[in-house]
Amino acid sequence: MKKIVLDEQVMTCQSGESLLDTLLHNGVDIAYSCRQGVCQSCMVRSLAGAPPAMSQRGLKDVRQQQNYLLACQCYPEHDMEIALNAQSAFFTEATVAAKAMLNAETVLLTIQCQKPLDFYAGQFVKLQRADGLTRSYSIANSRLHTTKLTFHVRRLPNGQFSEWAHDELQIGDTLKVSEPQGLCFYLPDRPTQNLLLIGTGSGLAPLAGIISEALQQGHSGELHLFHGSRTAAGLYWIDEMQDLERQHLNFHYTPCVSNGTAPAGFAAGRANEVAIQALPKLKDWRVYLCGHPDMVNQAKFQVFLKGASSTDIYADAFHVTPNLSPVIDKSS
Amino acid sequence: MSDNKASLYERIGGEAAVNAAVELFYRKVLEDHRINRFFSNTNMDEQIAKQKAFFTMSFGGPNSYTGTDMRNAHAPLVKKGLDNSHFDAVMEHLGATLTELKVPGALIAEAAAIAESVRNDVLGK
Ligand SMILES: Cc1cc2nc3c(=O)[nH]c(=O)nc-3n(C[C@H](O)[C@H](O)[C@H](O)COP(=O)(O)OP(=O)(O)OC[C@H]3O[C@@H](n4cnc5c(N)ncnc54)[C@H](O)[C@@H]3O)c2cc1C
Ligand code: HEM
Repeated sequence: MKKIVLDEQVMTCQSGESLLDTLLHNGVDIAYSCRQGVCQSCMVRSLAGAPPAMSQRGLKDVRQQQNYLLACQCYPEHDMEIALNAQSAFFTEATVAAKAMLNAETVLLTIQCQKPLDFYAGQFVKLQRADGLTRSYSIANSRLHTTKLTFHVRRLPNGQFSEWAHDELQIGDTLKVSEPQGLCFYLPDRPTQNLLLIGTGSGLAPLAGIISEALQQGHSGELHLFHGSRTAAGLYWIDEMQDLERQHLNFHYTPCVSNGTAPAGFAAGRANEVAIQALPKLKDWRVYLCGHPDMVNQAKFQVFLKGASSTDIYADAFHVTPNLSPVIDKSS
Repeated sequence: MSDNKASLYERIGGEAAVNAAVELFYRKVLEDHRINRFFSNTNMDEQIAKQKAFFTMSFGGPNSYTGTDMRNAHAPLVKKGLDNSHFDAVMEHLGATLTELKVPGALIAEAAAIAESVRNDVLGK
């Protein structure tokens, strides 16, 4: 008999009973379908330690690392504490340490967290303003710094959070920071694998974190970065990336401009199209896609058809739908 | 299983065989202009999971799908014009995928027979 804790609820799992059955018997509203570990509908996350190996079979390596499991395949070996989805309510406090413009529409925001954050390069956090307005932003640095985090925040016209971060947020102001989230991150387990990284706009943020982490870890496979925007003015860190290219023979950088003719040194076309044209087969490559949701979705299919395995494709689409954030009541 | 003969799913290589087949198959489907419209407008990770279900089922492996489930899953496609010619194209890719993976012909025939057995359900007949 094992104890199962979910939020405030404490349940008992009989021996020989699956975690899914325990949850269902206790009236937990959890999605499920095949009960055979195939459909992955009943995926949950262990908050206290690694779950039984069998319950993680077939999950992506990054999900295994994060202690995700399939409830229908889980016969608990210990007491467990679980969460039904990736959202977590733990926030820590941080102070704005620096602000600098990367280009006309993107600010480099540096914050100092009270507690170190245990993140993987490429993950994102939710930043929360005092009134509860919350948005996701990708961590742009490597694990070298775990209390000092940087973000690239792009200003969107009438964007509630981004305009505030650009115009009103001051050095010394405080913010709340969620636990690191997301599955688009770097693991140093296959250092010889070639990496393709495609980003649009502030989609460079997580890729920059991944690139510096990989290079620090001595990744020996090739790293190909394609950073795209409509115009050259929408790109940034061009000199920095070119410097990095000179320092690391296995790092290759292509700035891409999709509108009109490209200036010298830039490729003409959308970043994903340029990348697909430039690279040979992508069999056994690992691919990171970050930024505009349309680019991310389209590129997933393109790189898959070029031979990348779906389990090697990691993506963060920067959806701007302000879902999950509390509605701000302007009248109060 | 009541008889002592291993199931097709086990003989063909179980989950590892399914995983190997899914990606080869899905690439063929996406590049086939006769049928890719049925598969395009979707989330790729979800599609991969569904192809896994397709192969697990065709290999007679663990699944809880009934004929009615197959009817329901494919009903929206029947509305979009799914017919025998599309079904034949899928059967073609199933065979080609397994041939590419060097699955023995006799096992391919068994898998094809299982898939063939749901033709009417898939086509809503
Ligand atoms: C996983 C993830 C990672 C992300 N990482 C980054 C990052 O590193 N950097 C970054 O800059 N962004 C990132 N984003 C996007 C970020 O979370 C915000 O969505 C973005 O900054 C916009 O927030 P906002 O509050 O400024 O805009 P919102 O107020 O949410 O509005 C967004 C835009 O939509 C328009 N809009 C809003 N509501 C409506 C409506 N009802 N009708 C018409 N138009 C509307 C607004 O005018 C605005 O242009 C990420 C998103 C995700 C999901
Ligand atoms: C050969 C026999 C077939 C079998 C055994 C089969 C099996 C399956 C299974 C198990 C699913 C997943 C159902 C779910 O979990 O929702 C599925 C979904 C699907 N099938 Fe088939 N299928 C067959 C033929 C076809 C054909 C001929 C087509 C189209 C040309 C097709 C297109 C699809 C699509 C697009 C989906 C996903 C539907 C969705 O997104 O909800 N299938 N199929």
